[in-house]
Amino acid sequence: MKISYFPGCTLKTMAKDFEDSALASASCLGIELVELPRWNCCGTVYSLTSDDLIHQVAPIRNLIRVKEQEDNRVVTLCSMCYHTLKRANKLVREDKEKLDKLNNLMYREDVKYDGEIEVLHLLEILKNEVSFNQIAKKVKIPLKELKVAPYYGCLLLRPPEIGLDDAENPTILKDFLESIGAEVIDYPYQTECCASYHTVVNIDLVVERAHDILSSAIKQGAEAIVLSCPLCGFNLDNRQKEIKEKFSDFKGIPVFYFTQLLALSLGLDEKVCGFELNFVDPRPLLKSKHLIGGV
Amino acid sequence: MRTKISIKNTKSKFLDKVEELSGESIYACYQCGKCSAGCPSISEMDTSPSEIIHLVQLGEEKEVLNSKTIWICASCFTCVTRCPKGVDLAKIMESLRQINLRKNVDYVSPLSIPKEILSQVPQIALVSSLRKFSA
Repeated sequence: MKISYFPGCTLKTMAKDFEDSALASASCLGIELVELPRWNCCGTVYSLTSDDLIHQVAPIRNLIRVKEQEDNRVVTLCSMCYHTLKRANKLVREDKEKLDKLNNLMYREDVKYDGEIEVLHLLEILKNEVSFNQIAKKVKIPLKELKVAPYYGCLLLRPPEIGLDDAENPTILKDFLESIGAEVIDYPYQTECCASYHTVVNIDLVVERAHDILSSAIKQGAEAIVLSCPLCGFNLDNRQKEIKEKFSDFKGIPVFYFTQLLALSLGLDEKVCGFELNFVDPRPLLKSKHLIGGV
Repeated sequence: MRTKISIKNTKSKFLDKVEELSGESIYACYQCGKCSAGCPSISEMDTSPSEIIHLVQLGEEKEVLNSKTIWICASCFTCVTRCPKGVDLAKIMESLRQINLRKNVDYVSPLSIPKEILSQVPQIALVSSLRKFSA
């Protein structure tokens, strides 16, 4: 199965491990993710004021690229990209006047957009088209005894009209993790905001939130966190340095992108999992569970 | 905390401006408080989300636009998910930020971000924070 793929900026840099593990594991499952040519930054956040049309240009242009690739669907990995593309798409599908204005503004594009493209997240493809049962059958290294806490953050699930699962009690990451053999930890902060972009100007807010989220998961027995957003990943992983500075008795845990664990369980090369880019090195934990070899 | 309310303010055009910019019906809020109960950042705010919308209903423009609250909001959409009246508080918060920013005054100026932060954080953090906080 071939499907158009929108990476977004961060997956080419700080979150390259997310992309590499996703492309490799998808390929192993029979999905070829075909990167869009000439894609641009989606804008990261969906513009929330009614009169702002210029910030819808960036996401819609990407959907035009999908159309040019003669596909009617696009898959993304980053929660922010998913949210922004999907909401912009919904806006133009429901408001023909705004769609016309955007098409007129993008008059130099060869193709006009008409709301035909479906925006999907890789988890939806894995659940609905591959099925978690099929994934379980292909697992070579079940993540036995690895206690993982799923973290959804905000933008995958909210607002409910675009969320890929129930906003208050999602189960998709739990189902996914169980299919690859991991033990899933339930804790009350799965859908709690990590404070997102405040990591630029108000680090203390992020430290407080990340500390609450991680401590809650650890208290319930989690040995690792799994997520799908590079910004949540940065706040929960890289900011553990600042958390330790503020809370001296905090003991951190590794943070994985869900595709890193997928790649690992499918028996793919450790190189493709990209563990060197993780801030908190997950390899000691994985070695202790005999999930990776070597010293 | 004492808040002065005046009849003059309740008749101002401020509420109309917020309604137009957000596309939301401000009077639909009946102050149930679910938004404040679910807000993850409320401990840092000077005025709770439900108080903000009430102040908008009362036309208290200055207090709302000068609050810390609208800048602490992380657009997490928890309030939007839970509002029983379907009021999109995230859009209202964005409109309040925009009313300030469209006066061409940054809340965060790109030049003020320390170099270490610029090279440390993922691009999505820089783009989204400047989208929300700079003019």
